[in-house]
This record gives sequence, structure tokens and C-alpha cells, in this order.
Amino acid sequence: MIQTRALTRSFRIKKGVVEAVRGLDLSVSEGELVAFLGPNGAGKSTSLRMLTSLLSPTSGTAVVAGHDVVREPAQVRRHIGYLGQGNNAGHLYEPRDELYNQGRFYGMDRRAARRRADELLTDFDLAPMARRRVGSLSGGQRRRLDIALALVHRPRLLFLDEPSTGLDPQSRAHIWQHIRRLHELHGTTISFSTHYLEEADQYAGRVLIIDNGRVVADDRPERLKEQQASDCITVTTGDEESARHAATVGEQVPGAHGATVDGKTVRLRLGDGAAGLPEYLRALEAAGVKALTAELSRPTLDDVFLNLTGRRLRETAAEQESGEA
Amino acid sequence: MKTVTDTGIAFAREMVPELRAPIALAVNAVLPLLFLALFGPLLTSTPGIGEGSPWQWFLPGILVLLALSGTAGAGANLLMEINSGSFERMLVTPMNRTALLAGRTLKEVLTLAAQGVLLILVLLPTSFELFPLGALAGLVLLATFGVGLGALSFTLAVLARKQEQVFYLVQQACFLPLMLLSGVLLPMSLAPSWLYTVSRFNPVAHIVEAERALFAGRFAEPAVLYGGVCALAIAGLGLFFGARVMRDVRV
Ligand SMILES: Nc1ncnc2c1ncn2[C@@H]1O[C@H](COP(=O)(O)OP(=O)(O)OP(=O)(O)O)[C@@H](O)[C@H]1O
Ligand SMILES: [Mg+2]
Repeated sequence: MIQTRALTRSFRIKKGVVEAVRGLDLSVSEGELVAFLGPNGAGKSTSLRMLTSLLSPTSGTAVVAGHDVVREPAQVRRHIGYLGQGNNAGHLYEPRDELYNQGRFYGMDRRAARRRADELLTDFDLAPMARRRVGSLSGGQRRRLDIALALVHRPRLLFLDEPSTGLDPQSRAHIWQHIRRLHELHGTTISFSTHYLEEADQYAGRVLIIDNGRVVADDRPERLKEQQASDCITVTTGDEESARHAATVGEQVPGAHGATVDGKTVRLRLGDGAAGLPEYLRALEAAGVKALTAELSRPTLDDVFLNLTGRRLRETAAEQESGEA
Repeated sequence: MKTVTDTGIAFAREMVPELRAPIALAVNAVLPLLFLALFGPLLTSTPGIGEGSPWQWFLPGILVLLALSGTAGAGANLLMEINSGSFERMLVTPMNRTALLAGRTLKEVLTLAAQGVLLILVLLPTSFELFPLGALAGLVLLATFGVGLGALSFTLAVLARKQEQVFYLVQQACFLPLMLLSGVLLPMSLAPSWLYTVSRFNPVAHIVEAERALFAGRFAEPAVLYGGVCALAIAGLGLFFGARVMRDVRV
């Protein structure tokens, strides 16, 4: 569905050049659900905008839905659905009118466009708001409408730029329910960008971690976590002396990558935490160290990001926000 | 062919909120009447506006003023849609891009023409004398001018999308001199000769003069020719630049 080769895009700005995307090589097959995960400014939107023909690449090629984005943008547009980072629906309009207009934009006749609009209003639980002004809808309702607009022509390939950013957890879950249904029921190929690692982890079959315009990792989320990060056992002891002792014991546990001590707490990194935990506790007991609490945590994509870039995704996002303020 | 159908579809989208919210229609109708009610009475004693009803002289001026203040500001709406994201969504559809702009322009022109007709109807019971053919030609000329202004305003909106204030700055910077030097409110013949000379370089002044001739039922005047040429040139420039920026637009 998507093939790109060395796709790059730079922007000229007052103080030089921003290389927003530096060499994207990507191949997405039919039916995949791919996440573009990265901090603010990583180049997610720029990548999606090149793939949807909104932005011409500085160099490289991209074939989307069988058509070259530069040479045949009209063909590409016919076959894809796109949800931008902004709002798809005009604020002065009513949802039903915009869905109807969108149908007309894709060449449907009036009746078909009206029928499709009503269908989507029902599908996305928007029927009660069909005649309200878009500007007066809640963030979650508006985002559902935006997605519905991207689906009017039943595209087989969908690009969603931050579909759930800025929404409360409940609305986010609701949005994702719709996106997953689309993927499971119709086999729609979906690429979405996000900076919520839970979303990429939970919903995507494949995650591209993007940092500074480059793809730094590309795999199934489970495999990324397996390969790029480790489980962590946290044990607390009665005093610092025992904690240090516990760390030395921990390093002997098979599969352990190392232990760190922080006051009365020991953190032990290891490959398979579920098997390692009972083993570690037995070893501690044998060594006469009393563990007060023990906790196992599985790695997150944040740990993967940390391992790959030396920064945390959450910190990077926070830094950027304070930098912009 | 697709351009024509798509223009119709884009036009229909623009018309919907107008029809749904009569407020917009009302504002569009009240504005010209306000001009009429507030400026009109001043004119009765103004020299240089010829014999007969002052409305005869004043109506063409208001029509052009409406185009300058309304149609020329049409880009503001587009700017809003560019910033909210809904314009981007349209760019990803198979819609012909020139048609996206043409449809919008068409709506602006239709609004302008409707305002013109409304004004004529309001003035009918007064001393205003209607020359049907002349008035029709006057409205066509106005619509042509409107096409150009609308398209230029949209072009400006697309170009200034990253810095909204540039749009308003340029629009204001053009509006004031074009209006003051066009003689819409006072006859240019009263102006000192240097000002009059300057006004000869203002296409809007020629359009106003052409409108005055047409609304007085006089076709065979050089003013009509000059005004017509100016309006056509503005329309041509607007459509040319509009189609160009739309082709390359990257929001
Ligand atoms: N039109 C533009 N002109 C100049 N620079 C741009 C433009 N668009 C994007 N950039 C720059 O390119 C880089 C990548 O931007 P992009 O919007 O792709 O990031 P993103 O990953 O989508 O971030 P976010 O999570 O904030 O949406 C940023 O440094 C941004 O400032
Ligand atoms: Mg983005």
C-alpha cells in the first residue's frame, strides 16, 4: 500500500534549513495498522503530509495506493482518507452538511452523498448532533466527525495525524474503538501518528519510532520492548546495607543486566522478569536478605525510546512545551 | 468539465451556511442599506453630481464600495478555514483545485449581485430612474470586478496563511487608497488637479465612472470602455494568480 525510498523534506526558514524528514524508507502492506511514534517536531506530520500528496518531498520517492505522490497526486487522493492534525470539518458548518459536501467532493451524486452522510452519523454516534454547528461540538465529538469525514468514500488506506490528541481518556478510548473496528471489520490499512506511547503500544501492529526526522526503530511493539528494553524488578529492604547486599545477589540471577541501588531500594534489570522474580526472591532468602516488597514492571515503549535516543519521550515532550512557552 | 462540476460543488458548500443562518444573509443585506441611509442624505447638496436624483449618482458608488469592503475581504473566511484545517481536508480530496477557489469566488459574486439588486429595488420608489439595460450591464460589470477582487483576496489569504496579520494589513493598505481615489463618495471632479491625475491610475475610479454611465443608461461613452477593460483586467489577474497559488498550495 505504501512504499517510500529515501523520502526527505526540508523547510527553509529565516535562520537556515529545518530537515524535518531525513530519509524515510518505508513499506506498508495491505491491512497493517502502523503507528508513527515520536516527540513534538519529530517529523510525523511532515511524513504523513508527503504521503497524502499535501507536501512535495524535497527528494526521494513515495508510491501510495499504487500511485506516485508527485506524478499522480490526483490518483493518490482518490484512494486515501486523511485526518489532519487540525479539524477536518468547517466550524461554521453542520456535521451532516459537511459529510454531504465531502461525499460530493469525492464524486458521489446527491442521493448517495446524503445516504452516506446519514450512515456515518449513525456509525459514529453523531446522529443527535447532526444539525448542530461544528464549532459547538465537544472535542471528542468533533474528532469523531473528522474521522467520519475521512471515511466518506470508503478508502482502503487511511492516514490519521494524532487522532486523539488533547482528548480526555474516555473520548480517546471511544475514538480508538471506532478506528479498531474499521481495521478489523474492513481490513483498512491505517497509518497514524501519536505521541502517546500507550496508544502505539496498545493498538498498533507495528510501531515506527521517529526522532529528529529519522526512523530509529520499526517493529511490532512487543518485539521492540523485548529487544530494546528489559523488565525491571524493584525490591525494597529494611536498610541501605541490605539493599547493597541485595544488589550483589541480584547480579548473579541468570539473565540479569545489572542492578542499581537507591537508598533502601534495588532495581534489577533482566530479560525475563516473570521467571526471574521468584528466582531472585529465593536467592535473597538464601543470602539472608529480607525483602519487604517486590514489584515487577514490564518495559514500555518509553524505555525503548530511552534506550534508542538517550532521552525519555515524556521529558522530550515536556521540554519542548516549556521551550515553546 | 470536471472543473465546472467541481466549481458547482464548491459553490454549493459555500452557500450552505448562508442559507442555514439567515443572520449572515441579513448582515449582507443591511450593510448596503446602511450606506444608503447614512451617506445618501449628505448628497442632496453636493455639487458636481449632475442633475437629477442624487441616487442616480450615488448608487453605482455604493455598489463599488460594497465590492471593495465585502468581496475584497472574502479571503478572511478562507484564512479561517486554512488555520482550522478544513481547507487542508479539501486539498486531499480529488476536487479540482482551481474549482475550490472558483466556487468560493462565485458565492462572493452572487452575494454582491444580490446586494446590488436589493439596492435597486429599495430605490425604485424614490426619484431614482431605472434604465433596465444599463442597470443590467452595470451589474455584469460589478460582477466581473467582484470576480477579480474575490479571487485576489483568496490568493492573498493563501499567500499570507502563515501570518494572518499580513492579510489584513495588505487588504487595508489597498482598500483605503483605492476607495479614496475612486470617487465613490465624492465626485473626483471636485478634487485638485494633482489628485485627479492620480485617480486616473486607479482602475476602481474608471469602474465607478463606467457604472455611473451605465446606470444613467449611457452605453456609448469612453468611460464605459475604460471601466470595462479595467474590470476585465482585474478579473483576469485574479483568476490567473488564484489558479496559480491553488496549484502549488501547501498548507
Ligand atoms: N511549513 C513549515 N515550515 C517550516 N518548518 C516546518 C514546517 N512544517 C514543519 N516544520 C518543522 O519541521 C519539523 C517537523 O515538524 P512536524 O510537524 O512534522 O512534526 P510532528 O512530529 O508532527 O510534531 P507534532 O507532534 O508537534 O505534531 C519541526 O521542526 C517543524 O518546526
Ligand atoms: Mg504533527
